[in-house]
Parts: sequence; structure tokens; C-alpha cells
Amino acid sequence: MSYRTAKELQEEAESLLNEYSARAATLKVKERQKIPSQDMPVQDPELRSHNMEEVALGYSFEQAQVEAYRCLQCAKKNCMEGCPVKIDIPRFIDHIAKGEIEQAIAVVKQTTLLPAVCGRVCPQEKQCQLHCTLGKSLKDIDSSVAIGRLERFVADWERINDKIVIPSVKPATGKKVAVVGSGPAGLVVAADCRREGHHVTIFEAFHKLGGVLRYGIPEFRLPNDIIDKEIETLAAMGVEIKANFVVGRTRKLTDLIDKDGYDAVFIGTGAGLPVFMGIEGENLIGVFAANEYLTRINLMKAFDRKADTPIYPSKNVAVLGGGNVAMDAARMAKRLGAEKVFVVYRRGEAEMPARKEEVLHAREEGVEFLLLKNAKKILGDESGRVNGIECVQYELGEPDASGRRSPVQIPGSEFILDVDTVIVAVGNGSNPLISQTTPQLAVNKRGNITVDETQQTSMKRIFAGGDIVLGAATVILAMGEGRRSAASINAMLAEEV
Amino acid sequence: MNNILFKQQLSQDVFLMRIHAPLIAEERQAGQFIILQTDDDYGERIPLTIADADTVEGSITIIFQVVGKTTKHLATFNVGDELPALLGPLGKPTHIENFGRAVCVCGGIGVAPMHPIAQALKKAGNHVTIIIGARTKELVILEEQMRVIADELIICTDDGSAGIKALVTAPLKELCERETKPDIVIAIGPPVMMKFCSETTRPYNVFTQVSLNTIMVDGTGMCGGCRVNVGKEVKFVCVDGPEFDGHLVDFDNMMARLSAYKDIERTHYKCFVEKAYNNSLKEEAL
Ligand SMILES: Cc1cc2nc3c(=O)[nH]c(=O)nc-3n(C[C@H](O)[C@H](O)[C@H](O)COP(=O)(O)OP(=O)(O)OC[C@H]3O[C@@H](n4cnc5c(N)ncnc54)[C@H](O)[C@@H]3O)c2cc1C
Ligand SMILES: Cc1cc2nc3c(=O)[nH]c(=O)nc-3n(C[C@H](O)[C@H](O)[C@H](O)COP(=O)(O)OP(=O)(O)OC[C@H]3O[C@@H](n4cnc5c(N)ncnc54)[C@H](O)[C@@H]3O)c2cc1C
Ligand code: SF4
Ligand code: FES
Repeated sequence: MSYRTAKELQEEAESLLNEYSARAATLKVKERQKIPSQDMPVQDPELRSHNMEEVALGYSFEQAQVEAYRCLQCAKKNCMEGCPVKIDIPRFIDHIAKGEIEQAIAVVKQTTLLPAVCGRVCPQEKQCQLHCTLGKSLKDIDSSVAIGRLERFVADWERINDKIVIPSVKPATGKKVAVVGSGPAGLVVAADCRREGHHVTIFEAFHKLGGVLRYGIPEFRLPNDIIDKEIETLAAMGVEIKANFVVGRTRKLTDLIDKDGYDAVFIGTGAGLPVFMGIEGENLIGVFAANEYLTRINLMKAFDRKADTPIYPSKNVAVLGGGNVAMDAARMAKRLGAEKVFVVYRRGEAEMPARKEEVLHAREEGVEFLLLKNAKKILGDESGRVNGIECVQYELGEPDASGRRSPVQIPGSEFILDVDTVIVAVGNGSNPLISQTTPQLAVNKRGNITVDETQQTSMKRIFAGGDIVLGAATVILAMGEGRRSAASINAMLAEEV
Repeated sequence: MNNILFKQQLSQDVFLMRIHAPLIAEERQAGQFIILQTDDDYGERIPLTIADADTVEGSITIIFQVVGKTTKHLATFNVGDELPALLGPLGKPTHIENFGRAVCVCGGIGVAPMHPIAQALKKAGNHVTIIIGARTKELVILEEQMRVIADELIICTDDGSAGIKALVTAPLKELCERETKPDIVIAIGPPVMMKFCSETTRPYNVFTQVSLNTIMVDGTGMCGGCRVNVGKEVKFVCVDGPEFDGHLVDFDNMMARLSAYKDIERTHYKCFVEKAYNNSLKEEAL
């Protein structure tokens, strides 16, 4: 796919709209199949790899409408099968096709509270778009209806046009709910419990809210304004916000109930424990966990000259891993001025867990992919700074139990990659802080909090959800768990009134 | 919220502040620290030990040395000013019990974090010897407070202007050679000083606990920036520490890692000082 400017895409959309709009409602399946899929305009790769502005620019009204015409409005809503929160996809798309954006966003918001976020970061090609009948009929998943882009469009439209409706709040119940952590899971619980009229307090360890949305996912993929708007909405609903507060340390988890009078607690503290590879040289100067690298830049604004938090000056960077976190770190390194950025991943491209679009964007920006290769050892100079990594080549062997073909080392294939910075992005474990300071809370052997089907933990009145339960997962799954937790908390509190 | 209630300059570069922080004051134990920012948007998160706390006043005490941009900025805060971000208490509390004979070795500003530990050791029934080391007389802080706690207090200065002219390792070695050798040594100060204290006690097999001051970002175990090699394991100072067995710590690696941002930090500091200087010139001109 070659790069097309926003202007070219817009002209194409306008002419398609001319062609189809008069008989939009009566288009035959065959005709709909013929309408070309609308590309999302993006910033020029050369330009964007040197700035922090958002890469994807979003659909115009015309593009959104043309894309909406493509939807077959299937009676059997296959797309919804793949949506973890079951958005009524055909219905919101139908509203877009009719130009009724306000109604479209209302449909989306019935099930997801953060559509501007989900529209940007959900792995749609593995969820709704994977099941889309149109994509299946055209035998190309890239030809599915661009559901994620449409979701983003309606959410942006609402925000840009100042149409965000502050959800109404029921009369005060006198009950108090504590939400620990302000990632997507926590934000959803706060909104849903507040709506029922409970007093809600969000406790967040950092000085800014949003969890990974703020400190992990870079501005060029998810601008901070969007997160700020969400927090503003919560504040307008009357949610109390306590930043710089580590539950487990500033206050013990149980004290929130015993001393501070909260009637229920939700733990959404995420999977924030960086995992290292356990190879030689990992503590050399210039080796970072992706968490540290991204936090310094996103949360602490180290890309800005005004910021006090320093960032390590890099020329050649190796990022170890193949997920979204690795892509973000690699693209960020590029933006901070690295000349060469390598992603070193031990499987093939098809096995990469990162979103397809992010891999594509990274490639366009000049990130180089060293696939079927793995770091064996990090090398340093006499002052303890990184000056290379020793890598080894792999080949794909037989599929293992999970069905994935597992990589096998090729003996004697070692080689050295000249880099001065290594960013480790091979996964996150669960943060042990709460479980360490609350020994009675049950966790599994990986340190994740165990919950029942109502999201309740082993302790009364204490619920949990998101990455701290699932292990490092996705935004939408964290939100889904948040919704379920809030429903259980609301049900529990309703019984007690 | 986090207003400064009291400020005192202890020596040229060392300041003491009492800050309103009732929840932290209530929860904190010896050995724990806070993280603060002097600016909510562009500031850096720096860790400082809680030197003391007053639950009646609802305050914590910090004692800090000006070394770079943030500590320099912090020193300009005055009574009544509010700190934009303060988080704590962080880290594992010091394990306190009646060990028997405890020796507390403090280097420079290390007296501040040692104060609550020495207090707790004394309270638990230990015989407490305190060694304070500093470059020169003016840099010896909290001498009176420590004298109240100590069964024995030894002061060492590099130039002999106070106490004996020696490094802290000299009296430490002597104590290890006594028949009643220490049951535990706790050393807090610059990394090299902690390294040499650990080397001094190693041949005598005296358990030596050190408090590491690595570079931190979050302080809650999320970034991995504070990691150190302890024995064969990698530990995160902010959640697994800050205290570790000095005989197992890889000090050379730790010291190297502390210098990761030296050049950049120096530029930040210079910019800040120059800007303050230019502003004061402007004010004078008005
Ligand atoms: C770099 C990166 C890129 C990603 N990209 C994508 C993507 O493109 N698409 C996608 O779907 N998913 C992506 N993910 C995964 C997704 O962000 C997470 O699954 C999701 O954010 C989990 O939400 P959560 O609410 O469980 O926790 P988090 O978002 O992790 O938030 C937890 C919050 O709790 C706070 N906290 C922790 N402990 C305490 C405590 N004791 N007291 C108070 N506060 C505490 C933390 O500071 C944090 O703010 C990405 C993750 C990363 C790291
Ligand atoms: C758990 C812990 C407790 C601490 N307690 C105290 C305390 O009670 N009083 C006190 O004065 N200091 C204490 N420190 C050290 C203090 O955090 C640093 O002096 C401070 O971060 C420097 O910030 P800055 O912006 O002023 O200087 P920077 O510009 O960040 O650094 C200036 C110079 O100091 C060095 N440096 C940076 N970070 C540290 C660090 N963490 N420790 C030592 N040197 C560093 C750098 O190499 C740099 O060259 C503690 C550190 C830790 C980790
Ligand atoms: S499966 Fe695809 S074509 Fe069918 S309704 Fe859903 S989005 Fe439209
Ligand atoms: S400071 Fe981030 S893990 Fe310790």
C-alpha cells in the first residue's frame, strides 16, 4: 500500500459519494462489495517520524459515509461476535450512512465508554473486523468494513463539536466506592458506579490519570487531550480524584474499608512489572524496560526541552519484542532522533502480536525488522555502557501445543548488532505491591489477582479487573472487566440500601 | 495540601523541611522514602528519605542536599508553599529487632535517613554505636539528635576539623576487631562509602545492611529503572529495598548506572541556575 495524501483520499470519497448517495439505502450487495475500502489519511511518514503529532488523521465526514455504505447490514451480525463489549455495530454504521452522527455515537456509547480510545487502539483486525461478512466475501480481511475507523470518527465528531454529554447521576445513595488505579478498567468502574449515585474516589499512584493510556501509549497514537477529556467528564459527574496516592502504602487496602468507610473497592492496578530476559548485560547503562523508556517520554514529557526528566541519547537502538509495546518504543526512539532502530523478534511477522497497522506504520517510518532473531547477550564498553548485542538466528519449527510454530535456534548463527541502546519489551508481569501489602488477597502463581465470575476477589467487598486479573491484555478487555465489576458492585450496594 | 511548614538550612547545600502530609506521617516507618516533584507538568520525580514524622502535626521531615536541578529548585521553596506532587511512603520498612550491638555508619547526608533507623534500633533495645562521617565540620548534620540516641558516637572528618581525622571505615574496622564485635552494621551514604563499609566488615562476617539510592522514576516497581544486582538476582530498589545485604550488592554496576544521565543533568542544572541568575538581574534592574 503506497502512501496517499489526505487530499487525494478526500477527492476520491467525494466522487464516490456523488455516485452512491442518491440510492444509498437501496444498494445491492454486489454494488456495496465494489465500493473501495476507505484508507485512513495519515501524516507523511518522513514528517511524522520527526514529530509527536498523531499519525492517523481520522476520516472526514465524506469518507466515513462512503465507508458506511460498504456495510451489508447483515441480519446475522457476525461483527458483533468479535466485539468484546458487543457494540451494535450495524446499527451505528447505519446511522453514519444516513448522516446521523449524533445517533451513531449514542449507539456506540451504550456499550463502550471510551470510543475515542477504542477506535484508535483496539486490535480490530483480530476482533470485529475478523468476523465481518464483507471481508469474508471478498476473501481479504483488509477489505472488511473499517469498523474501528468509523468508531473513531463518531467519537472524534462528538468531542470536536463539543457534544459530549455528561452522563446523568442518580441521587446520592450515601455509599462510597474506592477505585484503585486509573487505567481503562478503573475509569469505567468509576463512571458506572457514579451513575448509580454512589460517591466514587479514584486513587492513582501517578500525578496524572489514565494508566497505560497516559504513560505507555504514545501521543502519536493516542493524544493526551483525549484522555484529559475523559477525566474531565468523570470529574464533571462528581467523581473524586486522588492522584499521588499508592494504595498499599499511603493507605492499606483494607484500611480503605475499615478506616475510611468505603463500602466497596475495585482494584485495577494493571500489569506494570517489567519483565527482563535474564540475559547477560541487562543491567548495563543504556538498557531500559519499555515501561521506563515510555514513561520518561510520555508521562514525564522527556521529549520536551522544558522537562527535567532526562532521556538517554541514542544513535542506534534495538528493541527486543514484537508486541504493541515494542512498536511504540521503536517508533518513539525514531522520533527522538535515533538514526537506526531495529526491532529484534524471535518469530516471524505473522506471529507478531502487535496490531497490524502499527507494524505497517513502524515500517513506513524506517524501523527495521530483524525477524527470527533473538538477543543472546548485551555487550558493553569499559564504562559499562551498551555498545552492541549478540544475536542468534532462528528458524520456525513444528507447530507447538498452542498451534504456533515455535522458533528453533540455528547453531553457529551468532552475529553482533552495533547499538548503543537496548529497550526490552518482552512483556509485563503483575505488579506485586498490593498483594505484598495485603497477604490475605488470593493471587495465582503468576501474581494475578484471582476473581470469581462477578469479578469479586477472595476478600469481601473487594473486586478486581483488567490487566491485574488477566495479565497484560488489551484496553477493551480491561474495560469489559470494569463493566462487569461495576455491575456487581452496584448490585451488592443496591441490596444493602 | 502538601504545604511546607518549616524550613531550615543545615549547611551550605543541605536543607531540612517539614511538610504537611498527614497520611504519610501516619503510615511511614523507618527506612521508607517519598517521591516528590517540584513541578506537576515538567518536573522530575525524585526520591528522598523520610527523616522523621510527627503524627500530631501531620508532617514529615525531609533532609536533602542540593546536587542538581530538582533539589536546587526545591531549596527555593519556602514556608507556606505547596509541593505539587508528593507520594509515599515507599519502599520496605527497615527490619528492626534487638540484634544486640548495632553500628550505624552515616556518610554525609546519610545521617538523615539513618536518624529514624537509629531511633528504632535503640527503642528495640540495641546497644547503638553511631559513626558520622563528613568532609568537614560544617557538613556534620543532626549531631545533637544522634547524640541523644547513641550509646557511643564517633565523628570523623576528612580534614580533622571535627572528631577524628579519618574515613568512617577506620573506626568501623576497630569495632569489628573488638571482642564484642557488632551484630549488625547499617551503612547509609554515598555508594562508594557503602561499598567500602561492606568491604571492611566482610572479613569479619558482620552482616552489613546498606540503603541504595539508585535513580528512580515511579518508585512503585513499574519501570525497572532502579534495578541492581544483588547476589545472583536482579532487584528493584524501590519495592524490594531500598535496603539490602551490602556483601551481595554489585556496587560498581550501581555506581555506573547512577552516572547514566550525568551530562544531561549537568546541563539542566546549569540552565536552571543561569535562568535564576538572569531573573534576579532583571529584578535588580527594575
Ligand atoms: C506501550 C503499550 C502499548 C499498548 N498498546 C495497546 C493497544 O494498541 N491496544 C490495546 O488494546 N492495548 C494496548 N496495550 C495494553 C493496554 O494498555 C492494557 O491492557 C490496559 O491499559 C490495561 O488497563 P488496566 O485498567 O487494567 O490498567 P493500566 O492501564 O495498567 O492502569 C493501572 C493504573 O493503576 C495505577 N496503580 C498501580 N498500582 C497502584 C496502587 N497500588 N495504587 C494506586 N494506583 C496504582 C498505575 O499507576 C496505573 O495508572 C498497550 C500497553 C502498553 C504498555
Ligand atoms: C531511596 C532514596 C532515598 C534518598 N534519600 C535522600 C535524602 O534523604 N536526601 C538526599 O539529599 N538525597 C536522597 N536521595 C538522593 C536524591 O534522590 C538525589 O540526590 C536526587 O534525585 C537528585 O535530583 P536532582 O534533580 O537535584 O539532581 P539530578 O540532576 O538528578 O542529578 C545530579 C547528580 O546527582 C546524581 N544522582 C541522580 N540521582 C541520584 C540518586 N538517586 N542518588 C544519588 N545521586 C544521584 C546524578 O548522577 C547527577 O550527576 C535518595 C535517593 C534514593 C533512591
Ligand atoms: S459483519 Fe461486516 S458487513 Fe456485516 S453488519 Fe457487521 S460490519 Fe457490516
Ligand atoms: S523506580 Fe521504577 S521500578 Fe523502581
